[in-house]
Amino acid sequence: MTRGLRLAGQFVVIAALFAGVAWLSDRPVYRQIPEGAGMMMLTFVHGADRKGECRRLSPEEIAKLAPNMRRVQDCPRVRRSLYVELDIDGRKIYAADLAPTGIAGDGPSRVYQRFVMPAGKYDVAVRMRDTARADGFDHERRGTIDFAPSQMFVIDYRPESGEFIFR
Amino acid sequence: MIGAIRSGLRAGFSLIERPFERLFTPQLNPLAQLGALGFFFFWIVAVSGTYLFIFFDTGIERAYQSVEHLTRDYWFHAGVMRSFHRYASDLMVVMVVVHLLREFSLDHYRGVRWFSWITGLPIIWLLYASGITGYWLVWDKLAQYVAIVSSELLDWLPIFGEPIARNFISTGTLTSRFFSLMVFMHVAVPLFLLFIMWIHILRISRPKMNPPRTLALLSLAALLAVSIWKPALSQGHADLAKVPAEVGLDWFYLPLYPLTNIWGNGAVWAFLGAFSLMIALMPWLPPLRRAKAARIDLAHCNGCARCAEDCPYEAIRMVRRTDDLPFPTQAEVNPSLCVSCGICVGACPSSTPFRRSEDLKTGIDLPDYSLKELRERVIAAAGTLTKPGRVLVLACEHGAAGGRLDGTVVMPCVAMMPPSLIDFVLSRDLADGVAVAGCAESACYNRLGIQWTEQRFAGQRDPYLRKRVPRDRIATIWASALEVTKAQSAIASFAATIAGLPPLRLRSPLPVSSLSRPGKDREPAEVKGDS
Repeated sequence: MTRGLRLAGQFVVIAALFAGVAWLSDRPVYRQIPEGAGMMMLTFVHGADRKGECRRLSPEEIAKLAPNMRRVQDCPRVRRSLYVELDIDGRKIYAADLAPTGIAGDGPSRVYQRFVMPAGKYDVAVRMRDTARADGFDHERRGTIDFAPSQMFVIDYRPESGEFIFR
Repeated sequence: MIGAIRSGLRAGFSLIERPFERLFTPQLNPLAQLGALGFFFFWIVAVSGTYLFIFFDTGIERAYQSVEHLTRDYWFHAGVMRSFHRYASDLMVVMVVVHLLREFSLDHYRGVRWFSWITGLPIIWLLYASGITGYWLVWDKLAQYVAIVSSELLDWLPIFGEPIARNFISTGTLTSRFFSLMVFMHVAVPLFLLFIMWIHILRISRPKMNPPRTLALLSLAALLAVSIWKPALSQGHADLAKVPAEVGLDWFYLPLYPLTNIWGNGAVWAFLGAFSLMIALMPWLPPLRRAKAARIDLAHCNGCARCAEDCPYEAIRMVRRTDDLPFPTQAEVNPSLCVSCGICVGACPSSTPFRRSEDLKTGIDLPDYSLKELRERVIAAAGTLTKPGRVLVLACEHGAAGGRLDGTVVMPCVAMMPPSLIDFVLSRDLADGVAVAGCAESACYNRLGIQWTEQRFAGQRDPYLRKRVPRDRIATIWASALEVTKAQSAIASFAATIAGLPPLRLRSPLPVSSLSRPGKDREPAEVKGDS
């Protein structure tokens, strides 16, 4: 085999391998949701009420504390779990007790749930309980949405205004 | 189980290595240059990335537009560079994966090689982190998909207070500062990757960091051709109000991403953890039984440093002399790095089987397989040769002739044999020809054994094979353990050729001792050539 012919053969083999690599760099395509479907997402970060009330410390208790650590009240850090429900067309598709985050259980609860749904009209209802009440809900929102294919519909909660938002 | 997988892989590699060797020659065989090609593609990625950074703009809108601008308006340089950047990084993954599989198939991961094997693990993680952060920067639909799935994966770990994935639920939640962070990550992680790549080869003597020039040029030309044929393109602007329902995935960097949908994030982390743990434990599953490390005999060491130069594992270094002999240095073996391949024994000028001392000694020797024992085995094996065209086979235990019995002397590596051993065999009329049978040419178990043997025979590397030794009486056969038939046929063919040659008239300058007699008296030969 002459040097030129050998070089040409080597080039063809390398180029063919590289072409295969280039092809696999974006083919075959991957479809993550079925055609005609979209994604509904329930996600928010919110801290429920603390488990206990603040208690006023007695002068003796305050005196026992280190001078730089003295305070008037003792407030428990641990938060309650937060309860949330999501109904679509009257059917409960999600309900959960969301524990607070953090090692001491004093962080906010968080939820991040995705639901793949076919496009169409849906009645959506979301409810949340973040206080000590035994039943009923502290926050609720209902609405009818027109859900388009490939749409990302997000149900979020704004703690500052205390309301759910649909977007 | 592991042994069976290893043998299966070796068989697979042998099947493709031979045609590659024929087309590329053993020196240019890409399968023997995987590590070097990995480095080569890293540098292409680094240079093309630096070039692209000139055009890149950080920002939610500007990032995508700047990438589109360089791809469409300046396709002939910046666009090509983008393709270089993408495909070279993909090729780096290919090189790393095939390199890992090949080293595993060659059993190059146990014993002292554990260090290079283990340091390969962070290379894989950092390589993937580099590639994945790069995909975010383009901010097209694929970037959106990668950003969401990566964040969801990270959010599964109990590290972050607020889910990172919430940054990608709507346009208002994402700021341009995010792109500055990603640019920093995309520069910092590859730099750290390079640092680990350096550590990876730290314990290897003469590591191949650059492929041969012809192979490098061919790769560059092929990369250019592929970049023009199929330029790397974006997949439409990211839109956080829409799900990137269909994306063209890079299956080299993102093969596990679809699995997050099928298995869930926890299972993907479990898979990655199990894979990493398995890779980390493999050097000890089971541990390699090692022969005792090479030992220096100071009385026979003149500090010539040939053993240190030839050791493929950086296991020998030259230190200040500790005895009264008039040499400035002496060799010192680091037992934790020595694999007992014996290449140092073959390199030592004191390793000459012609020595007539009762107890044959050399400057550096293997306690479990000494030069004296090698000479005795050679003499014993030669005694079994009866057919015309007596061929003594000096074989590497990892090569095709490693399991052959008659007339074969097996050693850890053919480079353990000092060239003078061949002179000894022929001049003492122990055989009519010598076949040196090692591993496949581009898959030497001890990396440099074949190279050193060939250079010693060609008179290019000390210790040389003396000129007086007739080269037509020597055959070198490089074949893997799976190519036994090929090696046997080459040995038979060589024996037939030898049988047709006139009797060898070569005689040692020294009187023939009883030590070198295989049992059958032969007529004295005459001296020929230099001595």
